Amino acid sequence: MSHDDHHHGHSHGSAHAHGDHHHELGFWQKYVFSVDHKVIGIQYAVTALVFLFFGFTLMMLMRYQLAYPKGTFPSFFAKIFGAANMPGGTMLPEFYNQLGAMHGTIMVFLGVVPLAVGGFGNFVLPLQIGAPDMAFPRLNMASYWVFFVGGVVMLFSFFVTGGAAQSGWTSYPPLSNIAPFGQTLWLIGMVFLITSSLLGSVNFIVTTVQLRAEGLSFFRLPFFVWAQFVTAFLLLLAFPPLEAAGVLQLMDRVAGTSFFMPEGLVVGNRMVEVAGEGNPLLWQHLFWFLAHPEVYVLILPAMGIVGEVIAINTRKPLWGYRLVVYSVIFLGFMSFIVWAHHMFMTGMGTTMSAFFQTTTMIISIPSVIILTAFVISLFGASIRYTVPMMFALAFLPMFAIGGLTGLPLGLTAADIHLHDTYYVIGHFHYVVAPGTLMGLFAGVYHWFPKATGRKMNDMLGKLHFWGTLIFLNGAFLPMFWIGMAGVSRRLYDQTKYFHGDAVQDLTVLSSWSVWLLGIAQIPFIINFFASMRVGKKVSDNPWAATTLEWAAPSPPPHGNFAVVPVVYRGPYEYSVPGAASDFSPQFVAKA
Amino acid sequence: MDTSPYGWWFPPNISMHGAGIDRIIDVVHWFMAVLFVGWGIFFVYCLIKFRARPGHQASYQLPKAKISKVAEVGVLVFEVFLLVGLSMPVWSKYRNDPPKAEENPMEIRVVAEQFAWNFHYPGADGKFGRTHPRFMAADNLIGLDRSDPLAADDIALNNKFYMPKDRPIVLRLTSKDVIHSIWIPVMRVKQDVIPGMEIPVWFTATQTGHYQIGCAQLCGNNHFTMISDLFVQEPEEFRQWQLEQKSSGGEEEEEEDA
Repeated sequence: MSHDDHHHGHSHGSAHAHGDHHHELGFWQKYVFSVDHKVIGIQYAVTALVFLFFGFTLMMLMRYQLAYPKGTFPSFFAKIFGAANMPGGTMLPEFYNQLGAMHGTIMVFLGVVPLAVGGFGNFVLPLQIGAPDMAFPRLNMASYWVFFVGGVVMLFSFFVTGGAAQSGWTSYPPLSNIAPFGQTLWLIGMVFLITSSLLGSVNFIVTTVQLRAEGLSFFRLPFFVWAQFVTAFLLLLAFPPLEAAGVLQLMDRVAGTSFFMPEGLVVGNRMVEVAGEGNPLLWQHLFWFLAHPEVYVLILPAMGIVGEVIAINTRKPLWGYRLVVYSVIFLGFMSFIVWAHHMFMTGMGTTMSAFFQTTTMIISIPSVIILTAFVISLFGASIRYTVPMMFALAFLPMFAIGGLTGLPLGLTAADIHLHDTYYVIGHFHYVVAPGTLMGLFAGVYHWFPKATGRKMNDMLGKLHFWGTLIFLNGAFLPMFWIGMAGVSRRLYDQTKYFHGDAVQDLTVLSSWSVWLLGIAQIPFIINFFASMRVGKKVSDNPWAATTLEWAAPSPPPHGNFAVVPVVYRGPYEYSVPGAASDFSPQFVAKA
Repeated sequence: MDTSPYGWWFPPNISMHGAGIDRIIDVVHWFMAVLFVGWGIFFVYCLIKFRARPGHQASYQLPKAKISKVAEVGVLVFEVFLLVGLSMPVWSKYRNDPPKAEENPMEIRVVAEQFAWNFHYPGADGKFGRTHPRFMAADNLIGLDRSDPLAADDIALNNKFYMPKDRPIVLRLTSKDVIHSIWIPVMRVKQDVIPGMEIPVWFTATQTGHYQIGCAQLCGNNHFTMISDLFVQEPEEFRQWQLEQKSSGGEEEEEEDA
């Protein structure tokens, strides 16, 4: 096939004499159906940022219902959402449940993972290992477009009869099995998103193993590459069970099977016609077998970014580099045997619960090591308070709160009181929102100059940082008290409970913080787009950093490097005694 | 109640086993606070002491951090204590140690549905009448087989639950439709209710009063309304109440105030 031949020639060409085909690419091939890892990375990142903001607006709507359960929405909203969702300005519970389920799904599968892995992984990883591109560029393009289709299916589901999925992002059957048509689209969308992640993960693993520059041994890899590498294995091994589960639930819904349906179900006092003999718990096992490693898929790339940014801005080597790498690998392994701690309340006996709470305690150890290593790295440093560094530093205490509050949830006895309450919501949001998102923002500010040749504005960046930090905490800190008081998650109106009514003021506080958090993102949006055009032009290595991506021109051309890089030393050689400057890049023979 | 016992901390605890759960949560939070504050002091110290400024240089030498090893081992040891010393014994009693016959436990079947809690009392004979899904209807929410003689004195309540204090209660949890989760904050009881399974849970109340039983697992549109009243009574008062109940065979709810 001529197309194939062209492509082979092309990828060889990009390894040796890249610029050759550069001018041949038309607009569509260059910016839309591109096989260049940098374009795909930016496509992923921008799409994911849009989805993140969209997923966040769903929450802003929900927070209004939560704060003012007895009030009505302003008429503007009533008009937009219509009588089917908000008759007379009153949000219907089914619409609330749709927003909730889709908020979770969008933030995790269409926001954070595509940004952390598809965006940063794609853009940075090949550059950091000195590769001209990913190992399989067309697979990479396929991964993005499959993801895109999955996203469109998810969005479209809001417009079908009965609305989008509304059984929580966890979609527990039998509730999800008897839910309206939107659930079917959710399952189809998930199959696309999972397939996309699988394509991506294979690519990341092969690229890291095969395409490292000369001299770049595994223990000279930047920590970010390690984080992405382990993440890719998690995606590769954890997602297939969920894909299978998704197909089984789809069969339950459209083909009349009953993998997850026991017999004798009576819904609304009518017997449900199913064959029966299925078990709803099977879904939970399959789901959490993915979804716990998924937590580490969300957190590891952010940790990788934070490690990079901290090393560069402390001007000294990362403390315990090898220890941290071993911890990440160990974390990856352990993440496969903790899943049932999400299911402590399903009627688990002493032995099973003992096993899973023990593994859960064990998995906290490598996280503590990584966090400790990052903090010790500050000792004896010369800390540059750049915008990415501020986000990276804020990640540390935020992730610490997220990690620590996992302890009581991991102990079954304490979990009896806290399970499925706002305490859980507070806990995992501290891991993913003030935690991971801070790390991802650090990454945006850090690598923006590489992607565009321009720097983002500092003042807007600092405004964004402080607003985000304050209002994220305002949104999530109250949830620990709300949860302690016993308020369950996913309640349309908590004031119906005695204990819920007692903490309603905290819920109002949280809601206002969420809306202000939305406003705090405006400087970022302005900064992001304006800096592309008018940002300060900077050199190829504006942060005086040591890793390979800073050897490439900014923005790097198709094929990345003007000269094929060779690696001479470890990733974080800063302030080396006797060196000419305070950084000794990996790619410079004598520094 | 004059002043609400509910506030910005735990709801009141009126169960025998609840204190153990509350103690674990307390201990873990003190442990977390010590770690976070200790860690935070070091963090802030570094942020100020090692800021970039003219004349200050980063050191290439990495600190020999013995303290971090001590801290790691300390965390590990304390986590083992939390697990073996606190969590596992409480859990084992909560899940694997049902009340013994001589404690005279009272068994009640719970039939959860969208969006209500149904309670099936065995009545004076202490035996449950037969139930089957095909009998379930608007006037027979628990699907009681009325042809069964054992069903004659059974009591069925909808979103109302009466129980005596100081006597172990065993709830046999079942669901008609989807997964629910019974959540009795004041009893420190939470247990998923899964269709196709019967899961027992037990507790003993130490105080009388009017409380709530809720659903902790999203179960559909009106999940938030799935709340049952819970009346804990003096044993004598409860016996009186039980005598006043005619067998309802699942057909109606009792209108009674405690």
